[in-house]
Amino acid sequence: MEPLLSVKNLRVEIPVGTGMLKPVRGISFDLQKGETLCIVGESGCGKSLTSLALMGLLPKVARRSGDHLRFAGQDLLGLKERQMAKLRGQDMSMIFQEPMTSLNPAYTIGDQLTEGMIRHQRVSRAEARDRAAFLLEKVGITAAASRLTQYPHQLSGGLRQRVMIAMSLMCGPDLIIADEPTTALDVTIQAKILRMMKNLQAEFGMAMIFITHDLGVVARIADKIAVMYAGAFVETGTAQQIFDAPTHPYTKGLLSCIPVPGKTERGARLGAVPGVVPSLINGVEGCGFASRCPMRQAACGSEPDLTDRGAEHSCRCVHDTDTLRNMEWEAA
Amino acid sequence: MTIIDSNEITTAPSPAQQMRRRALRHWGFLIGGGVLGLIILMAVLAPFFAPHDPYAQDLSQRFLRPVFLGGSWEHPLGTDHLGRDYLSRLLFGAQISLTIGFVTALISGVIGTTLGVAAGYFGGRVDTIVMFIITVRLSMPVVLVALAVVALFGGSLTTVVLVLGFLLWDQFAVVMRTSTQQIRNQDYVTSAQALGCTTTRIILTEVMPNILNNLIVIITLEMAHAIILEAALSFLGLGVQPPLPSWGLMIAEGKDMLFFEPFLITIPGIALFVLIFAINLLGDGVRDVTAPENRN
Amino acid sequence: MSDDIALELSDVTKIYQISQGMFGGTKPLRALDKISLQLRKGEVLGLVGESGCGKSTLAKVLLGLEKPTTGNVRVYGQPFGTHDRRWIARRIQPIFQDPYSSLNPRKSVREIITLPLKVHSVGDSSSWDKEVAKMLDLVGLPQRLIDASPSQMSGGQRQRVAIARALIMRPEVVICDEPTSALDVSVQSQVLNLLIDLRDELGLTYLFISHNLAVVEHIATRVAVMYLGRVIEQAPAARIFDAPKHPYASALLDSILTPDPALGVPDVNLDGTFPNPVDPPSGCTFHPRCPSATALCSAKRPEPVEQAPGFVTCHLHDPEIQKELT
Repeated sequence: MEPLLSVKNLRVEIPVGTGMLKPVRGISFDLQKGETLCIVGESGCGKSLTSLALMGLLPKVARRSGDHLRFAGQDLLGLKERQMAKLRGQDMSMIFQEPMTSLNPAYTIGDQLTEGMIRHQRVSRAEARDRAAFLLEKVGITAAASRLTQYPHQLSGGLRQRVMIAMSLMCGPDLIIADEPTTALDVTIQAKILRMMKNLQAEFGMAMIFITHDLGVVARIADKIAVMYAGAFVETGTAQQIFDAPTHPYTKGLLSCIPVPGKTERGARLGAVPGVVPSLINGVEGCGFASRCPMRQAACGSEPDLTDRGAEHSCRCVHDTDTLRNMEWEAA
Repeated sequence: MTIIDSNEITTAPSPAQQMRRRALRHWGFLIGGGVLGLIILMAVLAPFFAPHDPYAQDLSQRFLRPVFLGGSWEHPLGTDHLGRDYLSRLLFGAQISLTIGFVTALISGVIGTTLGVAAGYFGGRVDTIVMFIITVRLSMPVVLVALAVVALFGGSLTTVVLVLGFLLWDQFAVVMRTSTQQIRNQDYVTSAQALGCTTTRIILTEVMPNILNNLIVIITLEMAHAIILEAALSFLGLGVQPPLPSWGLMIAEGKDMLFFEPFLITIPGIALFVLIFAINLLGDGVRDVTAPENRN
Repeated sequence: MSDDIALELSDVTKIYQISQGMFGGTKPLRALDKISLQLRKGEVLGLVGESGCGKSTLAKVLLGLEKPTTGNVRVYGQPFGTHDRRWIARRIQPIFQDPYSSLNPRKSVREIITLPLKVHSVGDSSSWDKEVAKMLDLVGLPQRLIDASPSQMSGGQRQRVAIARALIMRPEVVICDEPTSALDVSVQSQVLNLLIDLRDELGLTYLFISHNLAVVEHIATRVAVMYLGRVIEQAPAARIFDAPKHPYASALLDSILTPDPALGVPDVNLDGTFPNPVDPPSGCTFHPRCPSATALCSAKRPEPVEQAPGFVTCHLHDPEIQKELT
């Protein structure tokens, strides 16, 4: 089946004072209808710029390139800004981390929810408001109709994020890209919103790309996971493969860093991945993780490809799968 | 304990290095600073440079034209209605303009910064009172108040400086208040409080260094403002009194001959323009160099 | 017994007067409502709760930055009230969440770490340098960073500097206010390891405030759960994480997302939204959201019920009330 979104060799380059910053260095993936892909990585790995590149929302100075970026049969790389704008909000939409700043304080919730739909689908104001009220109820907001006349500052952070989610659903998109949508929220609200998003996905069948650094969130919602490091995917696979049989040293390191209630001994030392992310200015020499990797060797001087390690599972490392599986991070 | 970060090598330049690098690349900063430096140098060295005594009158030598309008090198910029050497008056005039700029900015800076930092740091009632004082001050038209005071006490260099100094502090207070509010919510201020630092120490070592760049920008703007106002007051005959060679006064004295000897107005006018322009360029430059992230 | 108590809060209440617009006058906001807690020497008390529950106000009171409206705080048996901020500062020090805002960007690492020594006039400049070098070793920072500025360092390195500053006066109690929340996963584990090591090495007592429950479960020996200015349950970490008693505590712990792909997103049993703290619900302030609320809960305010070794503030666990009901 033709995937909903097919990305091949996506790159982002940003000219900076001392050269060319390469925050996204050739990432590829396919996403089927109704699937959830989680892109997980630490700050500065390029995950947020990846999402902006997919939406065509990169800052003006940044350059996007790639072999193809096919969404529902058309290649987005060749589209003009006007055609892209039509697609955004209509067929693909985005949810940002900060619900405080993504809503305009000068307009009511109702105005902001209906604006895109009225523009994209040429429906009447009343129809759009009906849809908005319907979706506000769907995202678990009580007294939805009366909320339409309220302003963002009258809502709590959790409610605002629900409004953002309702807004992303207004035109019935096929793809939602969510960049850390629950990071700024309290844990109970985070759980409720994630659950609601999964339910809405089951109901409306849209695909989701979920960008986060929180491994707990990833484990609970992802179908497929891509672990991103220094601008490239270092390991991709299903949620089970990544969590139960991680292969790449970085993935294994990350998993050893988080305390797992019931598994990690209370008060014991946690694992650590020493060192820092390499500079992405003018690209990376060899394997980006080599400087922090306990298994580095001479061959790491040239960048390895993402190679298959089983069905749907791939890993960017020179070592063979068995060696990687047996590798253990020493407690720091 | 293991040193985990042993391979995290600090290659990033220090803030001082970065600032120097940005300063050397910023044309406005370099040109503004250069021109202002030159004017200051000329003002300071006026007693050595000036070809004549700026107060020496010679009625037989009135209205001589500058050298580029066919005059002689004896008086490179000509002479005024009392036969005084125009170049010498211009050089000594720079002393007056700069003194007024610096002293006014100093007085208003001290008043405004004290009020603004106190309001921003303590908040609450102090803030309410300071905001009230600022509002009162803002509702007073500077030029009219200055005119009234000068008319009452008579114009002199000291009066002008004091009047402007006590009137032009509003920008300092407003900007310092906002900057202090931003800094005082930073955790390093809370941390200093939790260390038991005195309030004076916190304001001097934690708050001030972080609002200094804004202060410098306001100082340059207010210097320029004060110099212009002095020129205006002097032009109206209510500022610096003759025979002091203030640039504003020179323009005022030349206005009668506007249609016959326009150089009398043009020369001090251009000098004033160049000085203000240089100060403003420098102010913008300081802002860009010290806090490039605030550039809009 | 009392030698053993590092920090003791008894009935600490903090009320703010919140302005209700220009003509509305003020309304009281009970940020802390009769908090009684004890921190034993060497233990790590985890303090959890959602934003607005009063965690940060409690930290401010313990640092001497806010005076409690009523009630008092004792350090090693000595009440706060009779001492000034400098006295408190030598015994209790904070570590903040955001290492980007907790270090003055205009100072060098050396200046930041020696500030406490200067303020308290301990030693002179030659002994300061030795002391700073020792602290850098202790927190695992290379010596060459001594003259670096915060902007040249990574988040993890900055947090180590903040820890060095907090510990140079050898305080007895450290208030860790979300010390790892702003850090990346791999850095977070390093800072947690460091905090655990330092506690063992220096015999520190921590109040560990965090919204990351998995981290609290890992590091804390005892846990207190706060809701709207009250501690609603307090017990040893193992007990509270295995079997929370208060309905709010159990909802909070249900929402922990452990990295287990076999599980879905939990269905948290919690209704409605966080109430307006200026206008809290009657009786038990949690009753509008509580799945097991009864009529009594909206009428009568629950008091802490001793459930050794801890307490829970809930009618459901008050044996006397349960006896009356049945």
